[in-house]
Amino acid sequence: MITYDKSIPLSQIAVGCTCRIVGLELDGILRRRIQDLGIIPGTAVECIRRGPSGDPTAYTIRGTTVALRKEDASLIHVHLI
Amino acid sequence: MITYGSKKQLEELKKEAEKIRLSKGNIIGDTIVSDIFNNAEKLAHKVVRQGSYSVNWTTKTDNILTSKILGYPIMLLLLSTVFWITITGANMPSEIIATVLFGFQDVLTRWFIMIDAPNWLHGVLVLGLYRALAWVVSVMLPPMAIFFPLFTLLEDLGYLPRVAFNLDHLFRKANACGKQSLTMCMGFGCNAAGVVSCRIIDSPREKLIAILTNNFVPCNGRFPTLIAIGTIFGAGAVSQGYQSLAIAGIITILILLGVGTTFLVSWVLSRTILRGETSSMVLELPPYRRPKIGSVIYRSIIDRTIFVLRRAILVAAPAGAITWMLGNIFIVDLSLIGHVAHFLHPIAHSIGLDGFILMAFILGLPANEIILPILIMSYISSGHMLEFDNLVDLRNLLVDNGWTWLTAVNTMLFSLLHWPCATSLLTILKETGSKKWTIMAFIIPTTIAFTLCFIVTQIAHFLFI
Repeated sequence: MITYDKSIPLSQIAVGCTCRIVGLELDGILRRRIQDLGIIPGTAVECIRRGPSGDPTAYTIRGTTVALRKEDASLIHVHLI
Repeated sequence: MITYGSKKQLEELKKEAEKIRLSKGNIIGDTIVSDIFNNAEKLAHKVVRQGSYSVNWTTKTDNILTSKILGYPIMLLLLSTVFWITITGANMPSEIIATVLFGFQDVLTRWFIMIDAPNWLHGVLVLGLYRALAWVVSVMLPPMAIFFPLFTLLEDLGYLPRVAFNLDHLFRKANACGKQSLTMCMGFGCNAAGVVSCRIIDSPREKLIAILTNNFVPCNGRFPTLIAIGTIFGAGAVSQGYQSLAIAGIITILILLGVGTTFLVSWVLSRTILRGETSSMVLELPPYRRPKIGSVIYRSIIDRTIFVLRRAILVAAPAGAITWMLGNIFIVDLSLIGHVAHFLHPIAHSIGLDGFILMAFILGLPANEIILPILIMSYISSGHMLEFDNLVDLRNLLVDNGWTWLTAVNTMLFSLLHWPCATSLLTILKETGSKKWTIMAFIIPTTIAFTLCFIVTQIAHFLFI
């Protein structure tokens, strides 16, 4: 099993911070969808804004902006840079 | 060895493959994906040079359009502005087209007299078929030709994904998918198209919710009806200068009511017959782009306006002829339309409509576009003949037939909430592959429309009469 030492969930990253992906805990279609967008271990992610009511959150990944809900982002493990 | 097997064997093979894939965890897939991205990164690094011009602009725009304070007000403002421009802009052209088309009706009549055609032929072809066509074109074409380009413009700018971004948390509360707001936007154009667009939602449960509720956004076939009735009754009280603003306000409130119903029904569905976990949503927010004017015009005029108008004409022509016949075939002392309307009247009256309106909605099942023309035709053929070519005459006709503001409100509510048109129902059958869900798609809105109109009517009777 992969262990995510000292990693935090992506959902806890504050707006304006950049982090690097350590691992994905997602399964099924969503894992594929996320991977198709280039969200894989080693990728840098910047949290850029939250929706008007705090959710979902928009992230910049490889030059594109993708919005994720809190539940989904909490299954993506990252290290702060 | 490869042999010709049945579909069943193929399914078994697929299952086997899936089992093997899952037994290895995600390792194989992950390795392939990261390999692909590594290679793509290397290639991109060699050949692509990046400018940073559009990113800044997009960020600044998003700071306003999705901000905590301004996000929602701007959405509302944009929506009502689009309606306001549509209503203000469509007035004049509508009048001109109506004058020309109804003027030509007299020419047609003269030709029929010249060749000594029988009265019934003139009735069916000119008073029925031609006049229904003239109504559909003059009432529908101008608003469509303004509304669709404006909407396509917003789409081309990249604003629609931001709407989904802003509204997602509401859909999450209803256990539905944020992308449902995109399918609802499609529904503004045509509910059948909206139902097809529900394919973008991954989870089958949430897709069904989006399909079953798409009908609560008024499609283009219902807009002209709503706008016409809103114009006649809603704005009558306000002074001339603010009329189009008032109508835009009324239409916006109606839309919000439809959206509210969508949330409510989604919420109820996902807690009763479509229970399940909220699934995920991955939404891309592309950078804002300068719209390509040519493609906006082409897509909105050719793909949408002409497409919808063609469909309306194809349905309205025979419907007009049939309505005329029904209105002019007499049994005892009442026309067929009169009999049907008489039969429907008790139910219709309890929800604030009259028999003719309910009949128009029923006859309008093939396409919502023809409800108003059918209603006008049946009023005309059941009473004395009227010449009219604009909204003032239409108001007189409706008032002569007993319309009050309550009738207008209920007709608009019923139009907003009632059953989907035949095309939408067929599309739902095709998309869900299930008769049960198609029937549900009919029953849910119908029940809501009857219930709400009933409540409104009874309360109004209680308060005012």
